[in-house]
Amino acid sequence: MSADTSSVQAARERSGPRPPMRLAERRLAVIGYFATVYKRIWRGSIIGRFLSPLLFLLSMGLGLGSLVDSSSGGVDGRSYLQFVVPAIVATQAMWVAMGESTYQVLAYIKWNRMYESMLATPLSVADVLLGHLLAVTGHLVLATTIFVAVAALFGAFASWWVLLAIPVAVLTGLAFTVPIFAYSARQEGDDGFNILYRLLVTPLMLFSGTFFPVDQLPAVLRAVAWVTPLWHGVELCRAAAYASFSPLADAGHLAVLLLYVGVGWVLARRSFAKRLVR
Amino acid sequence: MTDPRQAVPRQPVADDVLVRARGLVKTFGEFRAVDGIDVTVHRGEAFGFLGPNGAGKSSTMRMVGAVSPVSGGELRIFGLDPATDGPAIRARLGVVPQADHLDEELTVEENLWIYGRYFGLSGRQVRERARELLDFAQLTERARHKVDSLSGGMKRRLTIARSLINSPEVLLLDEPTTGLDPQARHILWDRLFRLKRQGVTLVLTTHYMDEAEQLCDRLVVMDHGRIVAEGSPRNLISAHSTREVLELRFDLDDHRDRLDDVDGVGERVEVLPDRLLVYVDDGDAAMSAIAGRGIRPLSSLVRRSTLEDVFLHLTGRSLID
Repeated sequence: MSADTSSVQAARERSGPRPPMRLAERRLAVIGYFATVYKRIWRGSIIGRFLSPLLFLLSMGLGLGSLVDSSSGGVDGRSYLQFVVPAIVATQAMWVAMGESTYQVLAYIKWNRMYESMLATPLSVADVLLGHLLAVTGHLVLATTIFVAVAALFGAFASWWVLLAIPVAVLTGLAFTVPIFAYSARQEGDDGFNILYRLLVTPLMLFSGTFFPVDQLPAVLRAVAWVTPLWHGVELCRAAAYASFSPLADAGHLAVLLLYVGVGWVLARRSFAKRLVR
Repeated sequence: MTDPRQAVPRQPVADDVLVRARGLVKTFGEFRAVDGIDVTVHRGEAFGFLGPNGAGKSSTMRMVGAVSPVSGGELRIFGLDPATDGPAIRARLGVVPQADHLDEELTVEENLWIYGRYFGLSGRQVRERARELLDFAQLTERARHKVDSLSGGMKRRLTIARSLINSPEVLLLDEPTTGLDPQARHILWDRLFRLKRQGVTLVLTTHYMDEAEQLCDRLVVMDHGRIVAEGSPRNLISAHSTREVLELRFDLDDHRDRLDDVDGVGERVEVLPDRLLVYVDDGDAAMSAIAGRGIRPLSSLVRRSTLEDVFLHLTGRSLID
């Protein structure tokens, strides 16, 4: 520790005016809370993260896959396992995003009011929001990495490029997480979350080219896939897993995902400020 | 471009004035929760907001805590404007909210460590400070227990310990003992006295008059967002009430029927649903006078005036309904 930081630290301990906290310090302080919570629950959480890819691989990849492969010789010239698993990587990120961004956010606002106790300190609404989003990003990285590692053992990927699917899936997760934070911060109870699961997440999982190519959908549903994040994440993950990239299309997919994150951020800032600063 | 705030000349704030509010207003839509109050809190004093639920105490506290924007008037904390210097103000405050807001799944010490980090304290600093504060809050033996295993009084003490992690100059306590049993309240009061002796300025809200009398050097009585009286508990009582109160209960539904019986005995009579309060300087003499009229109440009691009587006199209502 340099003399400079240690004198700042000493001044923070004393009564009286305090040296302001740097941006990184504020964000790390919030992440510190989530890390402490995770230290307590990580065992149960990790088991779930391993279990979910295993169940998917066994049922979809191997069970359904053997049926598809024997009757139609796979999809697009690949085994069904290699077709479906990269898509599931993106879809799982969506589910993780839902799990971490709905009840959790409302709980911190309303039930244990953790945000409120953070805001009584020098931290700002943006610190609290971004710190929590970074914690969810951590969950997404962990869940996606475990999923890809487990699926790789089953030969679900054709190329090492699949490693790129990890950041892509995390981005897909964030394209859901950030707008859902904005949505959750406007809820009074959990009814709104049921609507989200029924009308958004479940349909998207089924109709975003996850289990079969979107060309087989009627035009209306195809349009839904185009304007929502999951299909773009699925396409990018597949491109990475197949190591077959098409720059223009991929850039388009990336742009849509980033747009969801960006617009979501503006909306989430607004919802959080509206709810927490009264 | 000129900053509109620069146009107003900065008023010199004496170092010992920690909170200064002038014409402070808080509105929620049409509703004026705080309706133009003036408050000055000096370093080292214990200052109270006394009033019933909905009087505007908590809204005032949240503005002073620099978490709720001011709707009108002027507010300075440590001479700083909460609209522009919120983080610098909050760095020097300790806040004990009405509900504890602890993380029940984490341990007692983890709750303190995490909170200390929010103020930019290092890991070493929060551990050291947490040790001292657990001792102060008489929770050292519980340090590694999960919060959800603590009693209500212990949780409250932990919340107070947490609020002290940054060595605040002002401690804001919103209804610090609401919901605690009498023994837990006395332990808490004792801790707050110690803090005051250490020079921490206490600002608290309460709807318990005994708490206000125990803890506050000075207080304001609030009703409907306004301040209706101000002073030390003793001054308020002598200004707005008599030395003693004679309480009379009769066996009837409406105690107003007996108003004539006590006419002229005291300075003033208040009618409650279940009794009459006769304000007098000498309660025993008043009782004899009533007995002399041949009136036999079901029960009678002579007691000293309290802030409850002040509130009743000023607003015509009880503090706790």
